[in-house]
Amino acid sequence: MTEVRTEVLVIGGGPAGLSAAAALAPACRVLVLDREPEAGGIPRHSDHTGYGVRDLRTVTTGPRYARRLVDAALASGAEVRTEATVTGWAGERTVEVTTPQGRLAVTADAVVLATGARERPRTARLVAGDRPAGVLSTGLLQNLVHLQHRSPGTRAVVVGSELVSWSAVLTLREAGCSTVLMTTERPHGESYAALRVPASTGLRVPVATRTRVVRVVGRDRVEGVDLEDLATGRRRHVPCDTVVFTGDWIPDHELARLGGIDLDPATKGPRVDARLRTSAPGVFAIGNLVHPVDTADVAALDGRHVADAVRRWFGGGAAAVPAPGVDLVADAPLTWVAPSVVRPGDGVPARSRLLLWTDERRLAARVSVSQSGREIARRTLPWPAVPGRVLRVPASVLDEVRADAGPVHIRLV
Amino acid sequence: MSAPLEVDVAVVGGGIVGCAVARELAGHDVSVALIEAKGDVGDATSKANTAILHTGFDAVPGSLESRLVRRGYELLSAYADDAGVPVERVGALLVAWTDEELASLPKLLAKAGDNGYEHGEIVDADEVYRRVPALGPGALGGLSIPDESIVCSWTAALAYATEAVHRGAHLLLRHRVSAVEVGDERTVLRTDRGDISARWVVNAAGLGADHLDRLLGHDRFTVVPRRGELIVFDKLARPLAPCIVLPVPSSRGKGVLISPTVYGNVMLGPTAEDLDDRADTSTSEAGLASLLEKGRALMPVLLDEEVTTTYAGLRAATEHSDYVVDLDAAQRYLLLGGIRSTGLTASMALAEHAVELLRGAGAVLTARTDLPPTPRMPNVGEAFPRPYADDALIAGDSDYGRVVCFCERVTRGELRDAFASTIPPADVDGLRRRTRALMGRCQGFYCGAEVTRLLDEHAGTTS
Repeated sequence: MTEVRTEVLVIGGGPAGLSAAAALAPACRVLVLDREPEAGGIPRHSDHTGYGVRDLRTVTTGPRYARRLVDAALASGAEVRTEATVTGWAGERTVEVTTPQGRLAVTADAVVLATGARERPRTARLVAGDRPAGVLSTGLLQNLVHLQHRSPGTRAVVVGSELVSWSAVLTLREAGCSTVLMTTERPHGESYAALRVPASTGLRVPVATRTRVVRVVGRDRVEGVDLEDLATGRRRHVPCDTVVFTGDWIPDHELARLGGIDLDPATKGPRVDARLRTSAPGVFAIGNLVHPVDTADVAALDGRHVADAVRRWFGGGAAAVPAPGVDLVADAPLTWVAPSVVRPGDGVPARSRLLLWTDERRLAARVSVSQSGREIARRTLPWPAVPGRVLRVPASVLDEVRADAGPVHIRLV
Repeated sequence: MSAPLEVDVAVVGGGIVGCAVARELAGHDVSVALIEAKGDVGDATSKANTAILHTGFDAVPGSLESRLVRRGYELLSAYADDAGVPVERVGALLVAWTDEELASLPKLLAKAGDNGYEHGEIVDADEVYRRVPALGPGALGGLSIPDESIVCSWTAALAYATEAVHRGAHLLLRHRVSAVEVGDERTVLRTDRGDISARWVVNAAGLGADHLDRLLGHDRFTVVPRRGELIVFDKLARPLAPCIVLPVPSSRGKGVLISPTVYGNVMLGPTAEDLDDRADTSTSEAGLASLLEKGRALMPVLLDEEVTTTYAGLRAATEHSDYVVDLDAAQRYLLLGGIRSTGLTASMALAEHAVELLRGAGAVLTARTDLPPTPRMPNVGEAFPRPYADDALIAGDSDYGRVVCFCERVTRGELRDAFASTIPPADVDGLRRRTRALMGRCQGFYCGAEVTRLLDEHAGTTS
């Protein structure tokens, strides 16, 4: 085992981790570890446009965007090691790593977790049936098509009707596979126009709303799916040779959990405050690990935001360990909010926004924030609340939060 | 049609029992063919059981099953050490949730004694919760069976088959026996890929054992495929299940078990449902729902954990309560039928028993003295060193430091070894069983495409 020392260790070389590295490396020693053969994260295999809007002020494709973030991190002086898999903790800020060059024990003054999120696979959703070939997630689909240049099939059913689902449809189309149906358990499919997938793609796919996939059929290859209409209970069979389970995100929190870091019960990612600090001193968490999931550019801006917090940690040492804050709780139909620890004096979160997830669509979204039963803020948002896409709320709704008045609740009204 | 392959003994069925029997026979001075309808060994009933190495404490005393499970436990435990089959002696705890179940514990303890198992111990509710703090409320007491163990059933079958091949056995995959002609001296087994002529025939055909038995003119049992569905939870849940939690047999109906796996997961199941279709390994809505309901009562916090996968296996249930083992000397035919889930534990004892029975019927079986060493199987168990964590191994070959499947930490070196092994994987499931690749929490989200590419690359070099 080779001992390695660094000032900042970033685990995960996707948009968040690379952006953190690029922001920190000019002033300190930064090591980024990525387990893939190439850094860049999910955008590497999302070969469509729409990337870089908020962070790079440009619009580019996923692979180009990934390349630019890698280049920026390297140009700023960060070391980016690929094929480096972190396998566990060996100390408060020491991790064990497997690389083709051997095992490493990397010790850092600050650790930034940027391990991202994945889609829950069909099995985790407990969809019954056979286990044939042709059952995919968006991640697997895009890896197959964009990195391996394989054909997924000819007739696909896409489970989900949100931003990532349309990304899957685009990939399927490019691979010559038509999407015969999208399904969502919600009362509305989210149109791609509302989700900013470029309208010029001219996608038209029927969406079965209030519909649940109850069974995958086909012993060797997918032959179809059985669907249930949630309103009537009626069932039908839709023939297809491919089924893509999209969305339903779960953060890659294994490392955080193994390190005994407090997780947010709603996101299942680490609980963080406005400065992206976790419960472990000197360990930060950013990107879709803490908000599963927002777009890549927002994850990247977390990376920039955490740089300031890391510098403060270096400056403050043990005194930089914060007092316990108060919990910020998202009430139904909101499912989670990030950050979820509020501490007056922490300053504003990344982009001065709270990020929330909703289970219900509200075209005119209004939020109310209360603490100990008293409403402390109410805002009408200039954008709708849409399932499958992060709802952004100005962090100023927390201006009146008191450190001694218990949990803060945020809800739609 | 080419001339039939001539062997002394043909073993039909490449499941855990057939593989063990072929290995044992190939240790004698006879030629052996192991005939399997599917593309891999251990690819039917054997791949989807609960992977418990049983002490046999709850068998029917005096039964053949009781004797062979006891003996098989010793044999497989020792073999596992030699061959690198992962085994963990985690112990089992039968938990009583009703007064009726609690009252039956002394009887179960006595039965264990009748089965030759002396280490059982009745424990009170406090001790139950001390051992398994995550159990739901209401446990009244338990029976501890400290020697119950968990094992990798895939590696066991593969090790037997690999050693059988090393000892010179012919492994005939994708050979489905469609007809049998019993002659005076030899029996011809007709398959879709050519005939096999054998002096002796061993039926270890599992779910198809009754069909093969009928091809030989018998009508003595019927296999009913009994489906068992299981839910596998994320490895992060493993601390919740420090031992196997078993139900107490009672009038409440059949309970389910919670067990750690040697891969580091936690398993909940199985259901038990008799089917007609011997190939239906699909999961069902009702089955999964019933597991969740039972799991919620047994260990509520387990249900908060992520599910990694679900699967269903088929057990070869018959109308008989014991194994159906019979030697027909006139036909030179040995039936090993109705081997239920305990067959994994009993496998090597069944093989030993098979040799005795064949000898008794006149087969000349002389133990060889020139046997190759027992193969050392690649370790897929979490409790034993794995390549990704082995600095010396990585220093010698950087591919052992190249993690391809992140969730299960399977390296490129291990995938390469599987492709180059004595019995290489025929498909992605075979690769999964040999290496754990794609078995983890992401189910291929990250590495599925790369693993498929490597598999195809291998297929391209061998076809």
